[in-house]
Amino acid sequence: METNTSFSWKEFVKAGLLGGAVAVLLSLVGMVAAFSGRYIVSGVFTMGQVLFIAPILLSTYAALRRNRQLTNSNLFMAGLLSGLVGSAILALLVLIGSMVNLRAMLINASPELYGILTFGRGTGLGIVILLGLGLLIGAAAAGFLLLPDRIRHALTQAIIWVLLIGLLRDLIVTVSFRWGPLSSIVRQLFAVSGLTIIGALILFLLVGGVSYWRWGRPKRDAAESFNQQRPAARWLTIGITGLILLFLPLILGTFFSEILDNVSMYILMGLGLNIVVGFAGLLDLGYVAFFAIGAYTIGILTSPELGIATMSWWEALPFALLASFLAGFVLGLPVLKMRGDYLAIVTLGFGEIVRLLVLSDWLRPWLGGSQGIQRIAQPSIGPLVLNTQQELYYLFLIGLGLVAFIAWRLKDSRLGRSWMALREDEDVAMAMGINHVSTKLLAFATGALFSGLAGAIFAAKLTSVYPHSMNFLVSINVLSLIIIGGMGSIPGVFIGALVLIAAPDLLREFAEFRYLVYGALLVVMMLTRPEGLWPEKRRQLELHEEEPAVVPAAD
Amino acid sequence: MLRNWTQRVTLTDIIVWALGILILIGVIWGSIVTLNTGKYSTSTWIDLTITGLALGGVYALIALGYTLVYGILRMINFAHSEVFMSGPFTATFAAQALIALGWWNTYPILSLVIVMLVSAAVSASIAILLERIAYRPLRHAPRLVPLITAIGASFFLQYTFRGLYGSGLKPFPDMEIFSGFWLIGTVRIFKTQAVAILGAFIMMLVLYTIVQRTKIGKAMRSVSEDKEVAALMGINVDRVITTTFALGGISAGIAGILYLLLFPVAHFFMGFFPGLKAFTAAVLGGIGNVPGAFLGAMVLGLLESVGPSLFLDGLGIPAPNQLKDAIAFTILVFILIFRPSGLLGERLTQAKA
Repeated sequence: METNTSFSWKEFVKAGLLGGAVAVLLSLVGMVAAFSGRYIVSGVFTMGQVLFIAPILLSTYAALRRNRQLTNSNLFMAGLLSGLVGSAILALLVLIGSMVNLRAMLINASPELYGILTFGRGTGLGIVILLGLGLLIGAAAAGFLLLPDRIRHALTQAIIWVLLIGLLRDLIVTVSFRWGPLSSIVRQLFAVSGLTIIGALILFLLVGGVSYWRWGRPKRDAAESFNQQRPAARWLTIGITGLILLFLPLILGTFFSEILDNVSMYILMGLGLNIVVGFAGLLDLGYVAFFAIGAYTIGILTSPELGIATMSWWEALPFALLASFLAGFVLGLPVLKMRGDYLAIVTLGFGEIVRLLVLSDWLRPWLGGSQGIQRIAQPSIGPLVLNTQQELYYLFLIGLGLVAFIAWRLKDSRLGRSWMALREDEDVAMAMGINHVSTKLLAFATGALFSGLAGAIFAAKLTSVYPHSMNFLVSINVLSLIIIGGMGSIPGVFIGALVLIAAPDLLREFAEFRYLVYGALLVVMMLTRPEGLWPEKRRQLELHEEEPAVVPAAD
Repeated sequence: MLRNWTQRVTLTDIIVWALGILILIGVIWGSIVTLNTGKYSTSTWIDLTITGLALGGVYALIALGYTLVYGILRMINFAHSEVFMSGPFTATFAAQALIALGWWNTYPILSLVIVMLVSAAVSASIAILLERIAYRPLRHAPRLVPLITAIGASFFLQYTFRGLYGSGLKPFPDMEIFSGFWLIGTVRIFKTQAVAILGAFIMMLVLYTIVQRTKIGKAMRSVSEDKEVAALMGINVDRVITTTFALGGISAGIAGILYLLLFPVAHFFMGFFPGLKAFTAAVLGGIGNVPGAFLGAMVLGLLESVGPSLFLDGLGIPAPNQLKDAIAFTILVFILIFRPSGLLGERLTQAKA
């Protein structure tokens, strides 16, 4: 066989092994089983099946794409080989699992999992089916590659949208119930879990058709097209967006408004950390400390429990902001001279010190110890107390608007450009006359201020604060969302928060695997696309400066 | 001269120094008060010291992983705490299997060696995979990129092991021969602690010998000096880096078993605090410096174990043990401010970091 084929079969075996290994990992950490109850297309296939098929498919496809020059028959051979190897690894897991009780060690290696992997057909027949499926996957990957670009693109889009809409079924159906006529249509498209077959077909054809039709038309950058609009149209866009944002909680209802609040809070923090990490390039892992300081200041000053002060929320807010701003300054002072890695660890240490102090018995009379502070005042406007999730959303919205505006204006200001100069080369920036002390301190303090604001609203939202909600994972959430969105990019923060924060709330199965996925996303993102989903232009250039210039000539 | 001095000192320096002096006064004052009241007996102090040394030994072995990697790649392997967690977490299953075989208490030393080998093998494999998949492609990327990768990898590994083995606590079985204590003169020393100190010391000597006396150690030192020149001299840089990660993994895996002898419960989050403290120890001793890691770890272990009773108690802080982690982090912050080169290190933070 090696004589008349010019492809190296090793690479495809490797691709199959990789895909199979990822599929086995996803199975063994429990993701496949957790998602097996969630149908994408009702009665046809579940997200769980997608999770063990997709790795093999994608890894096979990637390997084939690297070897596009092969002849068609060789491509098919290679695809079949890679798919077979991938599914063989899964089959091996089922086989071993049926003979040895793996469950004593790997808690997710349950009969349930084997049932899902073998499509409920028992070990013997199941393994045969699995291997057949592997061949099918390989053939599909090869066939997919051989399709004309236009059709392939349309197919990809259609598949992605079916998956997405199928996963978001709960959101869409619940929201549509609030709108009488809409709900009867929606009910046709969605089943109890996932899309109906008809719904999936309609969606598939619709998205596929639209993207087939749009192929080749000039694509416009969203931000660019916005800038090119005439002023009247631009204001219309802004107005419509504003109106949608205003009525969003009414459209979504209580449950989803809470998710919206959560996302808004993280956007608020993300915008702050984006200044520190994205603009100024200072990796801060103790960002939760400022959030805690904001929330606790509100708690201390408004809760009657501690008997220190009983201000209203609005009276306490300036103190909370001031406290977090100053805390940013104080943290900034000692770490001024440090760069990169050391800074990350020291800020992490600082965050932990704050948490440990809050948790300790020593400061219990003032900070409430491990029981936290309850009965925190909620903000009121006149006689109206903002105490539902929908009402609090408006508080977030105002804060968000303000902070986003400040961040946007800061970015191209003198200060913003100084931050970027320091990020790129500290020595050169200093030689150019930038005062690195005040510039860095302002970055820390501004970031801390925004986080303190988020904390203050958070305290009002829960009416209580606990040290346990101030852990390191909050910092990691915020860091992940700005990195996935794109370091230094303001729209990136919004994108990142929508993807990372809303996903675990919308898909409850996902919540358990949240940090697993975040971690994997961070690694994959850094390896393949360090500038993030919505890159900031300058940052993109910096991150690719060591690579040979592949920037196409301006046209 | 004086004018020069006044010009160089900025407001931030003054504030930082004032803070440092304030904390120092607090520590001294607290210690004096505690010692004067005589609340703790001499034997308590000795117990605390031994606990501190045992803890320090474990930290030293973990710190070695940070130090070796930092020395060569100039990066903080943030995921090293998970390398440390993976070994012992897996080894608890080996221990269960050995109990089922009935070897655990009939051949205790052999069992301990097997468990250590399992732990070291798992940790080393994770470390090697980590380097190969996550770090190697990023060797020339801007500094922030590998660091973020390391943080991501750390969380990925933590929650992967949580998914694989469950989020519950896995008890590490007691060994009959290591229960109770030995009496040396009038000093009482728990057997597990003695084993931890001894084990850490032996491991440390072995690793130090490897780095200083063997050919691969020489290659490691030369790569840390200058990668390009080392490559020109015919050293396979990739292989040396892999070996470094493997050595760090082995020592973390063995540290993990010693840690389980002291605190016999494994879980997916067990790496976080020891990892952070070991990093502190590495910085304290001077990162990139093997004896420094040992010294730093011992100092940190002692401060952490003796400190709460010695100076926090004297300051009238209730339940001072709650703040023992805060001591470690405060040390980290201040060592990085006042002596970033650590106790034994060259001055690195600004020049190369």
